[in-house]
Amino acid sequence: MNDRVASLWVYLSATPLLHLTLTICIFVLARLLYRHYGRHSWMNPVLISVLALVVLLISTDTPYDIYFEGAQFVHFMLGPATVALAIPLYRQWSSLKRHPLALTVSLLSGSLTATVSAILIAKLGGVSDQALISIAPKSVTTPVAMGISETLGGLPSLTAVVVILTGILGASVGPWLLDKLRVTNPMAKGLAMGTASHGIGTGRAIYMGDVAAAFAGLAMGLNGLATTILLPVLWTWFRG
Amino acid sequence: MKGKVSPTLLKKMKDTTVLESLAVLLFCQLIGELIVLYLEIPVPGPVVGMLLLFAGLMIRGNIPEPLAQTANGLLEQLSLLFVPAGVGVMTHLTLLGKQWLPLTASLVLSTLLTIAVTGLLMQKLANKEGKL
Repeated sequence: MNDRVASLWVYLSATPLLHLTLTICIFVLARLLYRHYGRHSWMNPVLISVLALVVLLISTDTPYDIYFEGAQFVHFMLGPATVALAIPLYRQWSSLKRHPLALTVSLLSGSLTATVSAILIAKLGGVSDQALISIAPKSVTTPVAMGISETLGGLPSLTAVVVILTGILGASVGPWLLDKLRVTNPMAKGLAMGTASHGIGTGRAIYMGDVAAAFAGLAMGLNGLATTILLPVLWTWFRG
Repeated sequence: MKGKVSPTLLKKMKDTTVLESLAVLLFCQLIGELIVLYLEIPVPGPVVGMLLLFAGLMIRGNIPEPLAQTANGLLEQLSLLFVPAGVGVMTHLTLLGKQWLPLTASLVLSTLLTIAVTGLLMQKLANKEGKL
């Protein structure tokens, strides 16, 4: 009997099916939990799934490479999903026409603040170059941020986690901070949320009304583009 | 008999269009990756693919319905797609253990600063632009 159980384990640990199934099942459970707790930002399903999987893999002595053999099928879809972001961007394009100059200046300043301040503060704390470039695109939507990090020699997995934490932080503290600073214009509120904390911030901005939500979505897309173009230049200059 | 056949036929047509939309997304990504490789620019291939699709939509002037559906379907599950990469953080636990303080400080301060700068600037400039 034990032999048969052992052979099952041998089979399971050798097939990518196990970790693919685990990834999807744990995510589905985490999402149920998230909905159950009224979509609280700290119950973010990605954060919970990552934590659960890390604990599970470490406790079963499974190296990340083995896990990734199964999970790569999910990971692969990030590419086409990034391309698909063109559709929401196209939908929000008309909002741009209202305040082109204000939007461009604010967005570029926000984008630069996000990357430059993250790099400088971490640099002061003695963080290594590889970790610096991994956290620099933290305000950009995850698939784009991971792409930027990988292209510039960072650690995409560290980027993924930092991006999600930034999103949660911005979504929970952003509305309070904007209130304190007396930012009442819904365009400004949405733009700030989307620029600083991408999709998770946009998700929060939906509760600030239609205008804020549209600007947050637009800001998320445009900041992805701005950071993709600006960060390689900044990084070369910073290291040179 | 006829009534039984047509829903399956309809479904078949729908399936084909979903496949076509996925082909469009993958094709844009592929071209994006090739452009990046050829020009040796430090930009992720899928982002170039996104720009190509965006340009295509601008030229076309609307979003084909099946493409909108496929893209929505994919984007609705977007958060799941970050999980495999996120789990990779387990390979950097020593780094995080050593540098968690400056990393946390950078994350928190930089996020607050970004929200403040973007929000305040946009409010000021939009008001000015509105008055002009």
